[in-house]
Amino acid sequence: MTVAEKISVVKTSAKNAPDPVSRRALLTGGLAGGLLLAFHLPVRALVPNEPEQPLDATAGKFAPNAFIRIDGAGHTTLVMPQVEMGQGVYTAIAMILAEELDADFSQVTLRHAPPNDRLYGNPTFGLQVTGNSNSIRAFWKPLRNAGAGARAMLVQAAAQQWQVEPANCSTANGEVTHKESGRVLSYGALAAAAGSQTPPKEVPLKDPKDFALIGKPLKRFDTPDKVNGKAVYGIDAMLPGMKFATLAACPVFGGKVGKVDDSAAKKIPGVQKVVVLDDLVAVVGDHMWAAKKGLDALKVTWDEGPNARISSKDVWNDLRAASEKDGVVARSEGDIAKGLATGERMDAAYELPFLAHATMEPLNATVHLTPDSCEIWTGTQIVSRVQAEAAKAAGLPVDKVIVNNHLLGGGFGRKLEPDMVVAAVRIAKQVDGPVKVVWTREEDIQHDVYRPVYRDTIAATLLDGKIVGWKYRITGSAVIARWLPPAFQKGIDIDAVDSAVDMPYDIPNIHVEYVRAEPPAVPTGFWRGVGPNNNVFAVESFMDELARKAGKDPIAFRLAMLGKNPRMQAALNLAAEKSNWGQPLPARVGRGVCVQPSFGSFIATVVEAEVDEAGEVHLRRVTSAVDTGIAVNPDTIMAQLEGGLIFSLTAALYGEITIDKGRVQQSNFHDYRMLRIDQAPKIEVHVIKSGEAPGGIGETGSTAGPPALRNAIYAATGVALRRLPIDRTLIAVGKKA
Amino acid sequence: MATTLTINGEPKSFDAPADMPLLWVLRDVLGMTGTKFGCGIAQCGACTVHIDGKPVRSCMLPVSAVRDRAVTTIEGISASSAGAKVQKAWLDLEVIQCGYCQSGQIMSAAALLATTPNPDDSDIDAAMAGNICRCGTYVRIRAAIKQAASGRQS
Repeated sequence: MTVAEKISVVKTSAKNAPDPVSRRALLTGGLAGGLLLAFHLPVRALVPNEPEQPLDATAGKFAPNAFIRIDGAGHTTLVMPQVEMGQGVYTAIAMILAEELDADFSQVTLRHAPPNDRLYGNPTFGLQVTGNSNSIRAFWKPLRNAGAGARAMLVQAAAQQWQVEPANCSTANGEVTHKESGRVLSYGALAAAAGSQTPPKEVPLKDPKDFALIGKPLKRFDTPDKVNGKAVYGIDAMLPGMKFATLAACPVFGGKVGKVDDSAAKKIPGVQKVVVLDDLVAVVGDHMWAAKKGLDALKVTWDEGPNARISSKDVWNDLRAASEKDGVVARSEGDIAKGLATGERMDAAYELPFLAHATMEPLNATVHLTPDSCEIWTGTQIVSRVQAEAAKAAGLPVDKVIVNNHLLGGGFGRKLEPDMVVAAVRIAKQVDGPVKVVWTREEDIQHDVYRPVYRDTIAATLLDGKIVGWKYRITGSAVIARWLPPAFQKGIDIDAVDSAVDMPYDIPNIHVEYVRAEPPAVPTGFWRGVGPNNNVFAVESFMDELARKAGKDPIAFRLAMLGKNPRMQAALNLAAEKSNWGQPLPARVGRGVCVQPSFGSFIATVVEAEVDEAGEVHLRRVTSAVDTGIAVNPDTIMAQLEGGLIFSLTAALYGEITIDKGRVQQSNFHDYRMLRIDQAPKIEVHVIKSGEAPGGIGETGSTAGPPALRNAIYAATGVALRRLPIDRTLIAVGKKA
Repeated sequence: MATTLTINGEPKSFDAPADMPLLWVLRDVLGMTGTKFGCGIAQCGACTVHIDGKPVRSCMLPVSAVRDRAVTTIEGISASSAGAKVQKAWLDLEVIQCGYCQSGQIMSAAALLATTPNPDDSDIDAAMAGNICRCGTYVRIRAAIKQAASGRQS
């Protein structure tokens, strides 16, 4: 089978989804507990993944649940409830399903799931969401149950045909074998009969020691088509008669279109149409070049509105003022007043900037709108929400909206928003036939939903080399209040406090508060690493400052307070050993450590960096030790750490979106810089063997890099940086923070 | 403007404005979507193709400037020995994550190996620093180029 056949786009809509029929309770087990691991989501999953009749169940095809189809020829199709945006989840999901199914892994085909929360909703959210590093955590049990349940029905079918006990049959590589008689039947030959079996009440899952696929560094399904240009992303959708468009929203957040002079734009060869909406303009042409030139030639007078006065200074003034207020208590243990009155006290505040996502694939959506239908081609982390929002924008019932999801050219949280699809639908209302709307990089950077600015204030006390009091206040935007309102309870953004309320250290008196502070004008959203990015940076930076005050080595200081957290302790010890912690280094070279319990994984990271006399930072080496429980595909775990570290070190070194006159000042990669290969450090990732349930991994590297780098700079220069991105002027020779 | 270009060894005729960057001819006129749009200002390298074997950012190359020179894209790079080696090393070392930048990475790496069969780290830095990878696959890109150069098997 060629790889092009391995992954196909499912072209289905809700209208094809049958009414819920047989609810096979046996395949739904494991949903009650353990899903809310790091996210602490107080809302119950609206709809667990109850397998129902699948979307394309046809005669002769075995379709025991939403995820598995086996046809008479033995072709096994696995439907992917989560989206592939580089994190390797398609391969991991296929491995889990095929493991319990005992499928022939070399013969499986993967398909994107269509929008359908009932069948494919992420159990943590009750929605089809790929985010929060929880695909494997949320689907581990449901997928294993789905595979095992299907396998049991295939065994029953074979046993019935042979008139033997199912217990005497075994399975491997897509076949059932009755050892005693030597008889063998393929899953394909059993497909029809298996479909009429009654699902068994109890399905035993494999003992992890018997795993044949899970735990092996198997090759990814999605990569072969990514070396030859065949992989199809949303931006690659091509349809007969398609037109191409690009758009510009008011550069000032919240501003509107005033006057438009399109006389010059319409003279550009290839320009077909100018679309003027209340908040944006778009030019439609025969190709992107015509659309782009047309947009450049458009003379738009914007009604900028009240936000045109906002600048970064206002944003920071507001945030700092808000951080002086008392917050809502997210955790309080011991006696914080007593704790802070004991021993030697230290105070600090840490600040993080706005960040853009800048996925390599610029935002896009292709829409074909007719009076009674809307078909969409895009790559999204929220396919069902996109369908619902598109339906609203089109003025059509949801079941008239077809969404063809694709591979994503990066997500990082940006594609947890439907705005690019909604804009395309609104533009498509004025276009006959399909139109592909592609944002320029400038529009992508300037109309993002940004990682919020945060300010974290900490007061802590030290007694006998240990922390006895810890008062921590997070001030920042509540993204969750906008994005998932039911999860915003009692004034606490559960994401914003993640990795602060559950920091790994044993501290007797601990108090964590949250102050919701929405920045003026600037929209905020989830950004790879989410809440832990902020909290781990502040916590781990301050840990180093406290260690220095206590006169302790940063790792020894941490280890002394990790006695109740053996997994964290083991990771830290391994990272120390592998990074040559404590070995001498040249002048102005330092090692810094970061410890994080985030996303259900226990990771310790050491960054080694040099600060030259001009204050420029040179990354030398990064060492991470990770205990993520059972590593479904260890090579993917390593790749996610490597990539996440680069992603976050990029932010620490360069990332900052600034605002002037209500608009974003950065526009493209020349002024919103990315780390490049010539600046990339050596990276070693050590995966710790574990039998615990899998943890999350996609965002962990993104959380690990900045505090470890900041602490390396602290070690190299003695300068305690408290803001990102790194300010070179503070660490050049002769400067002191 | 009626134009004929030789792309991956085959003549392709089309009508496009003279100032239209090759990127959009490939993607929107010819439907060859393996070459990617990333920034439009030659800052990210996602649009890298070869013109007479040399890596060029197609997002800023007017189609009229190509003239009779040979265009090679990701769809045709496996025909060259360096290209095939790079593709194989990319898969052997599982370089790729989202993959969106990787057409450009592979084109830059193939051009490097065609002229510098045994590149050292500074050669790799010089040839590859124009290609941004937002997923951060640089460590594996470096290793894969070295593997492709040595012909080692993983």
